[in-house]
Amino acid sequence: MRYEAPETLDAAVALLTAATGDARVLAGGTDLLVQLKTDMIEPGLVVDLKRIAEMRVIKKAADGFVIGAAVSGAELKEHAELKKHWPGIVEAANLIGSTQIQGRATLGGNLCNASPAADSVPALIAAGATVSIHGPKGRRELAVEDVVLAPRKTALTKGEFVVSFHVPLRNKGMGDAYLRFIPRTEMDIAVVGVGVALTADASGVITAARIGLGAVAARPLYVKAAGDALVGSKLDAAALDKMVAAVRAACKPIDDKRGTIDFRIKVAGVIAHRTAIIAYERART
Amino acid sequence: MQETVKKLTPEPDYKIIGTRPIRPDGVDKVTGRARFGADYNLPGQLTGLILRSPHPHAIIKSIDTSAALALPGVKAVVTRDDFKDQESEFVPAGEMLINYRDVVRNVMARERALYEGHAVAAVAAISPAIAKAALKLIKIDYEILPHVLDVDEAMAPGAPILHPGMITAGVEPAPKTESNIAKRVEFILGDITKGFAAADVIVEREFETKPVHQGYIEPHACLATVSEDGQADLWVSTQGHWIVRAHCARLLGMDVSKIRVTATEIGGGFGGKTVVYLEPVALALAAKSGKPVKMVMSREDVFRASGPTSGAKMRIKVGAKKDGTITAAEGELKYLAGAFQGSPVGPGCMCAFAPYDLEHVKVVGYDVVSNRPKVAAYRAPGGPISGYAVESVIDELARKLKLDPIEFRLKNAAKEGTKAAYGPKFGPVGLVESLQAAKGLEQWKAPLKANQGRGVAAGFWFNIGGETTVSLALNEDGTLVLMAGTPDIGGLRASLCMMAAEELGVDMNSIRVTIADTQSLGYNFLTGGSRSTFSSGMAVVEASRSIVKQACERASKLWELPADAVEYIDGAVRPAGANAGKHPPMTLKQVAAMAGKTGGPIVGSSSINASGAAPSFGVHVCDLEVDPETGKATILRYTVIQDAGRAIHPAFVEGQYQGGAVQGIGWALNEEYIYGADGKMQNAGFLDYRIPVASDLPMIDTVIVEVANPRHPYGVRGVGETPIVPPMGAIANAIADATGLRFSSLPMSPPRVLAAIDAAKAAGDKSLKLTFA
Amino acid sequence: MAKHHVSFTVNGDPTEILCETNATLLDILRDELELTGTKEGCSTGDCGACSVTVDDRLVCSCLMLGVELNGKSVGTIEGLAKGDKLHPLQQKFLEHHALQCGICTPGFLVASKALLEKNPNPTETEVRYWLAGNLCRCTGYDKIVRAVMDAAAEMRGA
Repeated sequence: MRYEAPETLDAAVALLTAATGDARVLAGGTDLLVQLKTDMIEPGLVVDLKRIAEMRVIKKAADGFVIGAAVSGAELKEHAELKKHWPGIVEAANLIGSTQIQGRATLGGNLCNASPAADSVPALIAAGATVSIHGPKGRRELAVEDVVLAPRKTALTKGEFVVSFHVPLRNKGMGDAYLRFIPRTEMDIAVVGVGVALTADASGVITAARIGLGAVAARPLYVKAAGDALVGSKLDAAALDKMVAAVRAACKPIDDKRGTIDFRIKVAGVIAHRTAIIAYERART
Repeated sequence: MQETVKKLTPEPDYKIIGTRPIRPDGVDKVTGRARFGADYNLPGQLTGLILRSPHPHAIIKSIDTSAALALPGVKAVVTRDDFKDQESEFVPAGEMLINYRDVVRNVMARERALYEGHAVAAVAAISPAIAKAALKLIKIDYEILPHVLDVDEAMAPGAPILHPGMITAGVEPAPKTESNIAKRVEFILGDITKGFAAADVIVEREFETKPVHQGYIEPHACLATVSEDGQADLWVSTQGHWIVRAHCARLLGMDVSKIRVTATEIGGGFGGKTVVYLEPVALALAAKSGKPVKMVMSREDVFRASGPTSGAKMRIKVGAKKDGTITAAEGELKYLAGAFQGSPVGPGCMCAFAPYDLEHVKVVGYDVVSNRPKVAAYRAPGGPISGYAVESVIDELARKLKLDPIEFRLKNAAKEGTKAAYGPKFGPVGLVESLQAAKGLEQWKAPLKANQGRGVAAGFWFNIGGETTVSLALNEDGTLVLMAGTPDIGGLRASLCMMAAEELGVDMNSIRVTIADTQSLGYNFLTGGSRSTFSSGMAVVEASRSIVKQACERASKLWELPADAVEYIDGAVRPAGANAGKHPPMTLKQVAAMAGKTGGPIVGSSSINASGAAPSFGVHVCDLEVDPETGKATILRYTVIQDAGRAIHPAFVEGQYQGGAVQGIGWALNEEYIYGADGKMQNAGFLDYRIPVASDLPMIDTVIVEVANPRHPYGVRGVGETPIVPPMGAIANAIADATGLRFSSLPMSPPRVLAAIDAAKAAGDKSLKLTFA
Repeated sequence: MAKHHVSFTVNGDPTEILCETNATLLDILRDELELTGTKEGCSTGDCGACSVTVDDRLVCSCLMLGVELNGKSVGTIEGLAKGDKLHPLQQKFLEHHALQCGICTPGFLVASKALLEKNPNPTETEVRYWLAGNLCRCTGYDKIVRAVMDAAAEMRGA
């Protein structure tokens, strides 16, 4: 296994493009090292992206935040401004593993590991986040919900990697939240994860809402119908019921060691209900 | 209510017993200096790795190791051919029996691989990478057989047979056909037909529990070296190094005297480190290669290939009169042993109804093999499983009779003189006292909110004594060297020093204690059965008294007095009474300084087969809240009450109570072995084998009840195992209290609880008492 | 395979090693530097026994490659005590009897130290969640949490 730590995006692309065997990018490494240790993968090349400066910073611009894909969860948590604008995203990122994992794990890794249960992804989907991808053909943008195609499979092609995430600035009346269900209080993979971001006008009427779901299908889902169900309401019981029904209708989970199909569908609705209430409270304050 | 000690037996004026000094091995353990199993290395050591069966059940037709051996850097390969077959013979290991015929097969598969993860070959190489590469070069020709995991399926006619020709023992006349039922056991007291006829109310329920792992944080690890003349050294993380020595000598055909075993510091065992896995293999590889071989299990190996405890299916039936008198109790217990016979169904049967004073009892148990890893002892082996089922039925019966569950238990509680269904009459025991303490808890009366419930359960464990040797040497400056042979897993060194210091009237810190290797001390049975503070403590007291006696002899000789004219008080020999003359007290330090001139070194030693171990009863009270929409139970408040006989070091007794309770909380709520249809374990890691984490729990309150064990010099009872017996019952009863629904299957994980809630809701079940948002 | 030359500090001491690409920080600490106070419990980031700090950030040493270490400063359990003086956390773990077998203790101490440096006055809940990645199978966590809270109080007073 060869290890390289390029300092520029182009150098990283060149290494990945030239690789003949399996090549992997290394950001926080909290998934990659487990896969190496358990012989799930045996790459010939590992490209460490953490020495590329722009992948390690959070920048606030006029149109939003640019979050480097190799910024760790602990660094996200310490970014007071991002936390103020997108508490749901930061909370979601901080649910990935333990404090120790937080010291390393990144948004880029959480997304590109392509697990249906990645905690940060439903929150990013709800926020309408996009990713900036660098590759042999230069840059391209993709909505977060379009990155993961199936377990362990992404829309990235050879030589491409995610450089950064873009989320808009929080306007007045916006609020987001992420909740998940796990059997313990920490250290589990989400059995169900729900991200909600919504905007309410001065009278409390919801004018826009996006809902992302994790761990209930082969990939994280953007459920347009669920968000739409809330629009025009003041989050009354009828709107919530309609939203919950849309969430449950979108679920196509499996039975596995972490939960049953019935349980996941039922609890996805319960968690979506609870998450929407928090997001709405945040939108109203 | 925190950490109360209830002193129920008048106590002498102890100076050290009952205090909470810092443990002698503490600094080493907070600085990283303490050396555990994987922390030992020797120059030139090889890495030993094991090849494990990917199949749950297969005939091993051939093993070809030639390519692995040919790989540069590979120094030895061993397979079944390197271990002589053993006759069937049962020997004690902890509180369980093992059979060498099975041990040799579990260490290295012979005719068949009997579970996924079963060792089939091992290599030693100059690096981990080469050893790993060599494993891939070993060719094994398997003939895959159908497998069986479930206890009922394993017992059914036509099930895949693991051990051809196995006939159920304990059945008269002996069955004519082979089966996976290794053994049937039966314990009968009185006549249950008569007892049930006298009952006003009878509750009969079926229960299921899943295998759960001890979950020690330190994986199995050892380092072996064997010289050309056959002298071997082994460093190993184990609960009993004399046991390891015996098993290795037997499996390798070596003289016991050739093997020196040193117990490293041990990173948890809970019963799981009372058997051998890597050790004979490491020695075989070391002997074959002529080099030291280090072997460490991965976490995955620990789950797949070391012993969990049994899963079980059970039927429990208890009858009582309207006044709350239990008239009869019956149980049928079917325990999974794993791939080889020897589940703890015997102790499971014996413990089942032990907390109750009953006239008519019948318990039948079955020991059943299946394609799972062989079970090993786990904290009160067998007891928590049957205890969960029985305590659930007792609780339901109390509710049916509209009796307070503590009062119901008090009415039927075992006490001094009670004849247990498994034979003996109890001496003084502390169940009644513990139940009364539970009744007096502020928690017991505290109000509960909607969706919250409270449960109580009692538990019992026998505790054991056994073979023990210690040596206590008085140094020339009056300090002492204490050598004991039971590995210290949770504060033993402190307790032993305290007992010696109390006896000798010296500062505890003047005693340096070592867990000696097998070459430095006589035989010791292992740390298990909650025996080490009891047995090694008893031996330490005897050795201390021998020092006192010798000190008195030396002083009396100097003073030219008869031996009985002196006495030893507060660390010094003194003339006994006015007639003995006016000699200033001679401190132990002074005795030590003159030892050379008064007869030579002073050493006290004790080699005993400790008897008089006394059972410990416990009562747990659990408050929890159930989320009606997700089925998740959150523990809000938890109190452990247990009879310790006498707590030598109360903090370590509390630690046993708290740790046992939390293991039980994990067992009750989330822990289980999960298998796919392919017979492979799906959650062989701490990610999905969900042991409790710090944020899952409240503080665990404790009440130490002290009803002294009259057969121990300080009244000690074993305390380590009982705490894992009541939690599953207490939690099941609390969930029943919160939801109105009874759960008969562990773990009570969110999907199971939610499914039951939803089913009850759909059926309009009136017993459902949750409040929905 | 070529080894990588890596230089970093461990507990403040300059350290240079030649490192295989796939060796983890845990492998390097235990096998190369013989700092065996850092323990291996799972190698998958689930138990916290191998907790260390890298540039003052708490991490699992099993989840970091040695080749990533250039220029970093690593803190391990061996660096907690200063000379013959135990760190207050070590002292409180002893006084509260917050360990039984002791295998998880180095990880808990390193993690607790990282907590108190960030948050000198944590609530019980904050302590429990911060330490959720450190598994202990012996104690039920009760005495560990008490020891950390007490050490925090003492360190605030000092």
